[in-house]
Amino acid sequence: MADEIIRLVNVTKEYDGNKALKSINLYIRRNEFLTLLGPSGCGKTTTLRIVGGFETCTEGDVIFEGRRINDVPPFKRKLNTVFQKYALFPHMNVYENIAFGLKIKKMDKKDIEKKVEEMLELVNLPKYQKRSVDSLSGGQQQRVAIARALVNEPQVLLLDEPLGALDLKLRKDMQTELKNIQKRLGITFVYVTHDQEEALTMSDTIVVMKSGTIQQIGTPTDVYNEPRNAFVADFIGESNIIEGKMLEDCLVEFAGRRFECVDKGFASNEAVDVVIRPEDVKIVPAQEGMLSGEVLSVVFKGVHYEMLILSGGIKWMVHSTVMEPEKSKVGFNIFPADIHIMKKVNGI
Amino acid sequence: MKKNWISYPYVVWMIIFTLVPLVLVIYYSVVSVTDNGIALTLQHFKKVFEPIYIIVFLRSIKLALISTAVCLVLGYPMAMILADRGLSKRNILIVLFVIPMWMNFLARTYAWMTLLEKNGPIETMLSNLGLPPLGILYTEKAVILGMVYNFLPFMVLPIYSVLSKTEKHIVEAAEDLGATPYIKFKRIIFPLSLPGVISGITMVFMPAVTTFVISELLGGSQYTLIGNLIERQFLGTMDWGFGSALSIVLMLLILLSMGVMSRYEKENEGGGLW
Repeated sequence: MADEIIRLVNVTKEYDGNKALKSINLYIRRNEFLTLLGPSGCGKTTTLRIVGGFETCTEGDVIFEGRRINDVPPFKRKLNTVFQKYALFPHMNVYENIAFGLKIKKMDKKDIEKKVEEMLELVNLPKYQKRSVDSLSGGQQQRVAIARALVNEPQVLLLDEPLGALDLKLRKDMQTELKNIQKRLGITFVYVTHDQEEALTMSDTIVVMKSGTIQQIGTPTDVYNEPRNAFVADFIGESNIIEGKMLEDCLVEFAGRRFECVDKGFASNEAVDVVIRPEDVKIVPAQEGMLSGEVLSVVFKGVHYEMLILSGGIKWMVHSTVMEPEKSKVGFNIFPADIHIMKKVNGI
Repeated sequence: MKKNWISYPYVVWMIIFTLVPLVLVIYYSVVSVTDNGIALTLQHFKKVFEPIYIIVFLRSIKLALISTAVCLVLGYPMAMILADRGLSKRNILIVLFVIPMWMNFLARTYAWMTLLEKNGPIETMLSNLGLPPLGILYTEKAVILGMVYNFLPFMVLPIYSVLSKTEKHIVEAAEDLGATPYIKFKRIIFPLSLPGVISGITMVFMPAVTTFVISELLGGSQYTLIGNLIERQFLGTMDWGFGSALSIVLMLLILLSMGVMSRYEKENEGGGLW
């Protein structure tokens, strides 16, 4: 790839004999917003720290612009990091924090002052230069941390769950802001999060990880609509995952019934995971549905109602804008295109 | 306020062993016994500022400052090694480091006398190797050595405690922003460890400036420090008035230096031992 900036080749990391990363292969394109997504302990932060140079990989290579940088210490790498806990220097004020990297580069004092001012405007904290770091709120501290990294004009910005400690409203605002900053400056962002919604909102590319391996790489749309296995389907958005059996191409059996579907290429009678999104279950009157059951619970979620429907021993999660009262009998349909067949993966 | 009575034993202790002696010392320093009875006087304090005693004060402060500086130079790297996250068997090292403190202070200092003696092990080894003798026993150098040996842990431990609490992410952030190991130390690690350094300096300087055992044993009688001078007033010449005045001036000196230190520490956000 011509516009590739970072490549990880067979990167493996062991801690005391435990493999935290198992042969990761990944490339990151220039100017893209790439998110490493996964539950805690999946190796996403380790991957980021290896790119940043804070950890060395046990095996494999880290390539930056075509050069192997395994042994290059962090202070010589052309990338900057925004840490999870901000990691601002407590003995310096906002200006000194942001100017830290520029002073090391021996930049002219006037230029530093100008750049710090520009950065503070970019992160929406104008005139904050003189403030002490601990007089700032969590959100403001995180903005300073972002400004401190960006002021060095890195080619790649690494972000380790930067919004993890903020409340929901602030997190949403910061998501939009970060995305805008990334577009405006045209810098590659490598972003680590366990929040699938955050990943879907901000990313160009999502890398879904689990126990040290990459499960799927794709655009948010791909990962959401075409999850490669039941783990990805479950992790990205909510899903009903049901055991099934593939009878032949485009015909699957689950929940005690045969369904038409659009998937092919499975062995005859192969055991599979059937994934159905809650919003793809269409509620109809009790007698008219392919399946029927009883509403166990209803929760109002704002845009839709989330209902649990018990049908043939399976609890179905259903999202619908129309509410069916608890204990009522309903029927529901599933269209062939909404049935996603996944190969069984061990250990899910 | 309900549980105030728990502190009563301590308050009683303080009154008997701190407040009363302090009042007595102040009393002795400002009175003199004459034929006409007891009279208020400042003659003891006047005596303290006679040149011969000023020299003793200056010498004590000089030796204490040198020992403190040596302790800092030796102790800081030691604390850094102890605080290193990658260090295995850290606890064993710390215990090894603290064990000498379990031994009696006098015994440790006598041990150095034996070690440094003319026919002691160090001089014997040096002469066997064909090297010139050290010959530092009963010199200033031996006094400084004794102070450094005895007080080094008081420098290392507070610095170690602050260093080991420094957040890993903050140090990594500095590296991330391009700080070489030298800049990282100068701009981040050292400034953040200042509360520990200040505690260490105070905890070494105070005992060093008041000691009389070390100078007595390792310095012979040539190196009179304030501690020795005070001891002599009470146990030798029985001039309690002058001894009390010396003690008070020394106390004020320590208070003053602690005040300066603590003000400096507040500016830098404390967190050490005080």
